[in-house]
Formats: sequence, structure tokens, C-alpha cells
Amino acid sequence: MKVLVPVKRVIDPNVRPRVKADGSGVDLANIKMAMNPFCEIAVEEAVRMKEKGVATGEIVLVSIGPAQAQETIRVGLAMGADRGILVQTDAAVEPLAVAKILAKIVDSEKPDIVITGKQSIDDDCNQTGQMLAALLGWPQGAFASAVAKDGDKLSVTREVDGGLQTVSLNLPAVVTTDLRLNEPRFASLPNIMKAKKKPIDMKTPADYGVDTAPRLAVVKVAEPKKREAGEKVADVDSLIAKLKSAGAI
Amino acid sequence: MAVLVFAEHSNAALNDATAKTVAAAQAFGGDIDVLVAGHNASAAAQAAAKLSGVRKVIHVEGEAFSHALAEAVEALVVPMMGGYDAFFAPATTTGKNVAPRIAAKLDVMQVSEITRVIDASTFERPIYAGNAIMTVKSSDAKKVVTVRGTAFKAVESSGSASVETAAAPAGPFKSAFVSEEIAKSDRPELASAKRVVSGGRALASADQFNALILPLADKLGAGVGASRAAVDAGYAPNDYQVGQTGKVVAPELYVAVGISGAIQHLAGMKDSKIIVAINKDEEAPIFQIADYALVGDLFKVVPELTEKL
Repeated sequence: MKVLVPVKRVIDPNVRPRVKADGSGVDLANIKMAMNPFCEIAVEEAVRMKEKGVATGEIVLVSIGPAQAQETIRVGLAMGADRGILVQTDAAVEPLAVAKILAKIVDSEKPDIVITGKQSIDDDCNQTGQMLAALLGWPQGAFASAVAKDGDKLSVTREVDGGLQTVSLNLPAVVTTDLRLNEPRFASLPNIMKAKKKPIDMKTPADYGVDTAPRLAVVKVAEPKKREAGEKVADVDSLIAKLKSAGAI
Repeated sequence: MAVLVFAEHSNAALNDATAKTVAAAQAFGGDIDVLVAGHNASAAAQAAAKLSGVRKVIHVEGEAFSHALAEAVEALVVPMMGGYDAFFAPATTTGKNVAPRIAAKLDVMQVSEITRVIDASTFERPIYAGNAIMTVKSSDAKKVVTVRGTAFKAVESSGSASVETAAAPAGPFKSAFVSEEIAKSDRPELASAKRVVSGGRALASADQFNALILPLADKLGAGVGASRAAVDAGYAPNDYQVGQTGKVVAPELYVAVGISGAIQHLAGMKDSKIIVAINKDEEAPIFQIADYALVGDLFKVVPELTEKL
């Protein structure tokens, strides 16, 4: 089995985003960037499949973004993926266009599984994997907390509102990762060095004939309503008294 | 204009998220039809027919709909969309699973987790874990939207819409339901509970989580939540997680016990009306947004609070 993993370069999850004063977006100038945490989990799962002998083919990473997204691909190559494709663009690309580009790449790469993060922590859309599955006519296992090969099918346990749900998917299939699927490894120094020699193909959205013009125009981006810190209470009795007078209990 | 609302339900009952999604559809405007796709779901369809402002309920029966398989829902909804200008689904795990498939097939860029409808093409939605609120205007002819329940007030159940049945699409589909582990609980459902008690990593074990958080929740008649750290550590099941990628809640009272307050957690609860934080670390970020901050050892404070309530 061959596995394709899309990876996105986003703001580092430990950095607090700041809204630009002109309301046009979030200020990313000189901000630390990193691989989207859910994409890291996706890369880790692909590498584990290979280590367990479930995936015997290549692990191919794809990123759609600026030139610096090569660094994001290198992080995944250092974790154990085999090669990368960067579809280079400086424009913001919405999940629908990302899914269309990925669908074209799937047509030529012919993976058996595509593993995506369930959402990226910047736009919080939670769409790309499901959209890709629909465009390909493939089944999906979204929000996965466990993935196992089961004969010629894929068994995926999903995190749902009430607990866990297990579905059986025909292959090829799309899986999107939830937090409990695995804990991504830190790449070792030798693997980081080795990753520098792994190939990254450079492409553009035009190579795939996909129009990336946004469908959603950003009218404005604003700070959320601020919540002020309240008061300290000395002990349980005064907490209960405060809650009673506020009508909360 | 007409909107198709996708109902979240358990076949036997309608989920509260549906009534909130209908409220968002009302703000969007036009006739509202509710799709109840299920298996032995007559009770859910009848409950949907009572929602105020609904024109009609479309009830579809099929085994693939017993657990809302995304592939089957896509096959059902996409052909129906010729008659609608918009598809609204609750931003539950079911809605998030199915809506993007429908959007992609319609060649529409979905607007996820809206918190406000400004007009028929303009919506507000939180981004960056709620650290920014984005207003977007969609240029697509049809809209596909998921609705964050905490931002809309459920419509009343005082209506009497008609219920039509429609045929299920022919399978087979490329996915099949195998099993589920759904926790049965008499406590209020986390997403819609009026009060929530959440525990964090400071509880230090599943036993202590259960021994401290559950009695307090029961005393308050509250739903139970947890921070990601507590879930990752195995102190609480995954469906308890409150935060950016878990459940978003906005109860009247939120009690955070032993939760430091990472931005990813705050994203899931900062719209609560009254926030109480109990933490021994005076510098914990949760105190910056708490209405009532109690600095102390939770192992002493929580049993005392449970007892005195």
C-alpha cells in the first residue's frame, strides 16, 4: 500500500495569534510557523503503517503553500516519509481548491490511502479530507482514533460526539486524524540529515489546472469580545455565596 | 429561497443541535425543510415537524442512515439540492463529517461553524481557536454551512409541519458501520447542558477524576467535560473533551477544576455565562477569564464544595 499525506504550514500552536490593526487578517509576519499538529499525526500514522509492514509502498507528502512550506515537508521527511511535492503558491488556498489539487495528485500518484489532519489550527475549517473523498468517490474515516487493515478493507475507529464509532471502508480510502490516533515522534538528528537528501518536486496550482480563486471573500477579521478577569474568592463558602447572589445556583 | 436543514438525531429522539440549526436557517431566510435520514426514525421525524418555522420534514428510511454514513448522506442530499439554495448542518461530529462531501460535490466552498448570519451570503465564524472572528462573504450560488450550536438559541417546538417520506438512495456504499461505544449516562449532554463541570490534568488519575468531578457534577445537575490533557492522559473519555477541536460549550455555569487554561481549551468554553476556576496555581491562564477564581488545592476544595452545595 502506498500512502499520501497532505501537510500544512500553519502558525505554531503555542503562539497566540494577533489580529492585524486594519482588520484584514491575522498578523503572521515574523511569527514562528510549524506543521499543523493534526498533519503531524497523519505523517506519524503513515510511518507507523510502514514500520508495521501494513504500508509497503512509498509515503508521499504534499504541501500547498509558499516556498517555506518546503521546511514543513522536510519535517515530515525526517519523520520517515519518502518524498515530497510542493505545490507552490503565495495566495491563500481554500479547502475546496486544496481538495481539487490533491484529487489531481491522487490521480497520478495512485495511493491506496490518503491520511489528512482533521482540521488545521488556523482556519479551523475541518473540510479538506471529506471534500477530497467526495471528489474521488472514495469512502472516508473522519476523526480517526485507530486505523487497522482488515483483509482488503480498512477499519477506522472514529471519535464522535457520544463516544467512539467503528466503520469499515473499501480501499482506496481517505482517513482524517483526531488527537488520540498517535503521538508523533521527534525526528532524530541522523534522520533530519537524511531528509535533506530526499526529493521534493516543485509544482504550481496551474500544473494541475485548478483555479484557486477564493470563493469566500474576507470582509473583516476582528478580535473576539474580551472577557475580563473576575474576582478572587477566599474559600468555598464565599464562592457559594457569590454564585448564589449571581443566580448561578 | 429555500434551505435544507440536516437533522442530528438518535432515530428515537431529535438532538437539540437541530433546533439551533433551524434558528440559524431562519436568520438566513426562506422556506426551511428538515431532512431526517435515519433507521426507524419516525419519532425523530415527528419531533422535527414540531420545530417552529419549519415548512416540511423529509423523512428518509435506510439502514445506511442508522449511523449517518457520510457516503450515503452525500448520495441522498446532492440530488435534492436542485430545489434548495442552502444546506445547513449542525457543527456536530455528524454534520462535520457529511457537509464537506456535499459541498465538494456541489462545487461550493463550505462555511464552517458559523456563529452569526449577517445576510444570505455573509457569515461570521471563529478562526484560530476563537482568537479571531472572521466575516466572510460567499460568492457561491448555493451555500453549504455548518452551525455552531452555542451561538444560536433553539427554536421552540410549537409548530406542526407536514412529514413527507422520500426514497433512500440505492447502495451499496463504500463504507459500512461496524460498531459503536456510546457512553450511557443520566447526566445532561455536555454540548447542551446548562451547567458543566470540567476536570483537568491536575486530577492526576481516572479514579480521582471520577471521585471528585462526578459527585460535584451530580450535585449541580451538570454535564461533565475535560481538558485535552486529561483526555490524553486517559482520565476521561474522548467525548468529554472541551476545546478548539473537541466540543464547544456555553453553559450558564462552567466550573473548571485543575485546568490551567490553554488557548485550545478556552476556545471551547469562553462564551460560558459564569466561569468558576479552581486551581492551585495562582498564575494559571484560566484565572484571566474566570468570574470567580478560587486558588487552592482541588483535592480539599472540591469535596468541600460538593458537600456544601
